[in-house]
Amino acid sequence: MLNLTPDEWTAIELSLRISIVATAFALPFGIALGWLLARKDFWGKTLLDGILYLPLVLPPVVTGYLLLISFGRRGPIGAFLDEHFGIVFSFRWTGAALACGVMGFPLMVRPIRQALEAIDRRLEDAAATLGADRFWVFVTITLPLALPGIIAGAVMCFARALGEFGATITFVSNIPGETQTISAAIYTLLQVPGGEVLAGRLVLVAIVLALAALILSEWFARRAGMRFQGE
Amino acid sequence: MIVLAVDVEKKLGAFKLAVRFEATGGATALFGPSGSGKTSVVSMIAGLLTPDRGFIALNGTTLFDAAKGINVPPHRRHIGYVFQEGRLFPHLSVRQNVDYGRRMSGQPRDAEDFARIVKLLDIGPLLDRRPRLLSGGERQRVAIGRALLMRPRLLLLDEPLASLDSGHKHEILPYLVRLRDEGMVPMVYVSHTASEVRRIATYVVRIEAGHVTAAGGLELLREADAHRPD
Repeated sequence: MLNLTPDEWTAIELSLRISIVATAFALPFGIALGWLLARKDFWGKTLLDGILYLPLVLPPVVTGYLLLISFGRRGPIGAFLDEHFGIVFSFRWTGAALACGVMGFPLMVRPIRQALEAIDRRLEDAAATLGADRFWVFVTITLPLALPGIIAGAVMCFARALGEFGATITFVSNIPGETQTISAAIYTLLQVPGGEVLAGRLVLVAIVLALAALILSEWFARRAGMRFQGE
Repeated sequence: MIVLAVDVEKKLGAFKLAVRFEATGGATALFGPSGSGKTSVVSMIAGLLTPDRGFIALNGTTLFDAAKGINVPPHRRHIGYVFQEGRLFPHLSVRQNVDYGRRMSGQPRDAEDFARIVKLLDIGPLLDRRPRLLSGGERQRVAIGRALLMRPRLLLLDEPLASLDSGHKHEILPYLVRLRDEGMVPMVYVSHTASEVRRIATYVVRIEAGHVTAAGGLELLREADAHRPD
């Protein structure tokens, strides 16, 4: 329709892949941390809460830099992962996914935590008297009741990942076909005189993707919410 | 034969609870004014609240013994609990709610048992609905069915009629009487209403301010009736 060039398609495909992978990997951690913050009181909870929201308030460049010095090839975590598991983040799309996941994480945890806090704990007690141990209570009662919040959190993280720019470009640079997402491609085009027209097409794509994600999430959330209302 | 033996103490803020009673089969009523600690007692029997001291035994099996450090978790006690507000799972259909206990306690599907309980409580037409769409009385019948279908060793009913208006109370009582007469499961029935207790109970334990003040047959109610005309 827009007659996108192969390079543009690559950027779109990369953006989607990076955002989906980032969201999928962040989700179990998001649920675990949301649960911890909603249900448990422990030493250092306030500190953890603060650290969680750091990526939201820090300049993305700083987050990207911190990722570079810790997860880069020479960084302590990056070197360890490379040596023992052969996992490399620097200048790879996986690194972009890591940066996007980190940036989206606080936005993901917040609605999940709120949903877990809103659950009537007495329903979990009722499930326990019916023979469900803690694992099954969590799987059959807690998770389904928190589902609208979990969906909201996943969508927020996905949307943030789709739009991420600063941390990603700082951490894994702007390599076409590897780490050049839609945002990075638009940025690159805008550096070239007369690139605005070309950038305009990707801008349109970005708007369409963002809208689609929002509509889809609204639909999911409504479906999940409807199950409690009846029908 | 003694089915249930309870001897527990628990401090709840400034309130001190010390309750001791034994129950045989049939329907034992824990009868007393609101705030006397009846709900705390059944919560302890179910394992949702841990006593500070004492023991609880069901059919000769120790469920809780503070001295020996025994505390069977609620999901392994096989005690059905019908709560005041029903507590049906809003994300599951009535059928899934009723079947939940059987599934979670790993019992095989038993169509006959299911049909019998559905018929006993007349919840057949409700099975495919969501809890949100049920009336208060329907909700409580489903809650009773859910507790029964896990084949509990004991059924706790905590003011199951309290959230219903008087018309719906009469809608539930006959089912409970039928349940008692079928003798499927011993019951502990918590209530502050003498008329309810008179219809259902075979044995009455009167609880006041956290202590058992009397235990015996229905004749205990006459004295109480003078104070509580309902």
